[in-house]
Amino acid sequence: MMEEQKKSNKIILLAPFLLFLAMLGVFWYSMGKGGGSSVELPSARLGKPVPAFELTSLLDSETRVTAEDLKGPLLLNVWASWCPGCYTEHGFLMVLQKRGIPIVGLNYKDERQDALAFIEKFKNPYQQIIFDVDGSLGFDLGVYGAPETYFVDSKGTIKHRHVGIMSEALWEAEHGAIWRGLSE
Amino acid sequence: MTAEIGTISLILAWVLSTLQSISVFFAYVKRHGSSERGFHWWSFLNLTSLPVTFSQFLLLSVSFACLVHAFITHDFSLSYVAQNSNSNLPFWSRVSAVWGGHEGSLLLWVWVLTLWAFMVAILGRSLPKTTLTLVLAVLGLVTSGFLSFLLFTSNPFEHIYPYFPIDGNDLNPLLQDFGLIIHPPMLYMGYVGFSVAFAFAITGLIQGRLDVVWARWTLPWTIVAWAFLGCGIALGSWWAYYELGWGGWWFWDPVENASFMPWLSGTALIHSLAVCEKRSAFKVWTLFLAILTFSLSLLGTFLVRSGVLTSVHAFASDPTRGLFILCLLAMSVGGSLLLFANRAHLINNVGKFKWLSRESFLFANNLILTFALFVVLLATLYPLLATALDLGLISVGPPFFNLFFVPTSFFLLALLVMGMSLRWKSNPAMQAVRQWGLRCLIGFSIAMLWIQLSGFGYNWRVILGLGLALSVVVAMFDDVIDKTKHAKNRWDGIRRLKPSYWSMQTCHLGFAVSVIGITWTGLFSTEKDVLLGVGETWQTQGYEFQFNGTQALDGPNYNSVQGRFEVRSPDGALITLLPEKRHYPVRGDVMTEAAIHPGFSRDLYVSLGEEVSPQKWSVRIYIKPFIRWIWAGALIMAIGAAIAISDSRFHFKKIAS
Repeated sequence: MMEEQKKSNKIILLAPFLLFLAMLGVFWYSMGKGGGSSVELPSARLGKPVPAFELTSLLDSETRVTAEDLKGPLLLNVWASWCPGCYTEHGFLMVLQKRGIPIVGLNYKDERQDALAFIEKFKNPYQQIIFDVDGSLGFDLGVYGAPETYFVDSKGTIKHRHVGIMSEALWEAEHGAIWRGLSE
Repeated sequence: MTAEIGTISLILAWVLSTLQSISVFFAYVKRHGSSERGFHWWSFLNLTSLPVTFSQFLLLSVSFACLVHAFITHDFSLSYVAQNSNSNLPFWSRVSAVWGGHEGSLLLWVWVLTLWAFMVAILGRSLPKTTLTLVLAVLGLVTSGFLSFLLFTSNPFEHIYPYFPIDGNDLNPLLQDFGLIIHPPMLYMGYVGFSVAFAFAITGLIQGRLDVVWARWTLPWTIVAWAFLGCGIALGSWWAYYELGWGGWWFWDPVENASFMPWLSGTALIHSLAVCEKRSAFKVWTLFLAILTFSLSLLGTFLVRSGVLTSVHAFASDPTRGLFILCLLAMSVGGSLLLFANRAHLINNVGKFKWLSRESFLFANNLILTFALFVVLLATLYPLLATALDLGLISVGPPFFNLFFVPTSFFLLALLVMGMSLRWKSNPAMQAVRQWGLRCLIGFSIAMLWIQLSGFGYNWRVILGLGLALSVVVAMFDDVIDKTKHAKNRWDGIRRLKPSYWSMQTCHLGFAVSVIGITWTGLFSTEKDVLLGVGETWQTQGYEFQFNGTQALDGPNYNSVQGRFEVRSPDGALITLLPEKRHYPVRGDVMTEAAIHPGFSRDLYVSLGEEVSPQKWSVRIYIKPFIRWIWAGALIMAIGAAIAISDSRFHFKKIAS
């Protein structure tokens, strides 16, 4: 009788630990899924074409850029001179450019002078930069913050989205494969 | 050079804390195997544990000072400084920028931890030597874990080489504010303060015994940590109210929940420790709560830092960091819960009580608080669960929380009206019920009168909310009268009541005051978005808002547009409100600075939206009745906590003897 009670007590005492294990499992799973920082926020735009827009180029305010110009495969990289992460990311974008991967920049809610100074100082990894001063295209895309990178295929469809800084490690781990899938 | 000193101090502290905890636990286990051998080794550890704890505190202080120095002197060769500061930043903002980002706030976290350990070492010299050594070793283990996290994944002293920026990225403007200078340190004092109760609980489990002295020792530390956490949460809420420009004071955001959960379980812990101390009951449950409270503090840190939950507080996150802190969480919480499962049966629960007694009501209090805590926990983690079970990305919104918390707090208040006067062990039923009915009758009558005078109108929520809160206040007075009725005279009786009694009363008063504030604000706030041209007016509840145009202003690291509003209140007074819209060029952020006219019975709140057409602005106007009472309640609770630690039965020398 006493022994039995002791046994059931022990099971109750173990319950918090088991619950905690289950919670850890959920954390582990969601971190693996999101890769921690690289939160793959599902975008309403995923699998849909780049929204229609008409904006000018950062480097030349006479040049018009529209959704027609975003026929990939290419990377659409959201950046701004006010964004600390973009300074960090910039080096790796230069690497991607050297590998011949076309990147279009979306300069998001920035001042033209600041953005130009950024490009001048650190060099330009982009083949074209869209100047989105009031963030209208960013809004339509569902931009969460800078930096962000969208993978656009040859039909102009958004296939994949990465929120946060793109790095060699992340590229190796998953994004490189997605890119190769796009360009085939 | 200072950066190197900072890093070296961190490494030294890490080595010290790791050696301390490993050697103590190892020696303790060994000593139990054979009592004679290794005895000298143990007395050596007893002797060194104080200086080792002092040194950790000293080293962390040096390291923290180095980081502050780097910020003050604009050392942009440190990547952390470059990302969070700027040469135009005013002095105090530069100091608070030290904990504006991940690395610095973690350093602050560990520094506070060593500060608590230091305090335990100083005040605990009268404790049994073995107990103190074990407690400090547990704290050392936590320090060691967090220092390794800091050193391996987020060293704030990392240099940017070879090309470091000439100027920094500036601090997030949201954080350039007085409220934010003291909000994180307060919060951390609370979070980390629960580590003391945790360390005592673990020591109790290791030693397999728990007595009244244990509870008497743990209680004051828990109360202080709880008060700091409460103040920290209130400050955060106050800051969100005036800085975010939304006019709200609580958003059920994951990060807010992360700080609210340890507060809930800390509140439960204080109540169950009280039973532990007075009646030697609830021991195992108290142990569990002590572990749970600190675990929730760790969980809060994990949720905020790992980026698994997206929130308005979103910090830059990094996969290695998330993984590291997950491992830290697994080891510390998992380890202590396993220890609990294996050792808690050694602790015997004594103390019998009837269903109508102070114990049973405190138990009910604990049940409700823990239940509320698990609801918040589940709702906060729901998005993760939903993703794991493939239900899509959903989050549980404020309506759910409000629906749940309104009846829960009503229930707590109703119990409190009776519970505060109940006797231990058992209480005559008729007397308790009669007392309860009378108190509620008076409380609800005052509430009805108040609602009538306010002119806002009746509904069941305001009647219940005010009625129950005021019944608690009535009950407090009634209880004081009851407790002093046998004294020679009233005044003498009142003076004989102990600080711990006044502390309980004050904290409960604070709770009632907060509930009153929440009830009024929640039910009768006016929130209007209006379009106003220059010279136009808008009227509500007898207040007349006139918009008198805008002007440009320049601040130290921002430029702004300031609107001018003249408000005529119902009693004829003229109030000027000057809301601003600030633009911080370095980061490109735009911030809304609301103008608030605070008052005892209402706040007027104006914030500037966009200039819709020339000279026509969208304006947000709020009238918030009794909103200050919410934070005043938190302040009263903190005062209550301060009274508690002045109680002579907590004076540490006395406890030991």
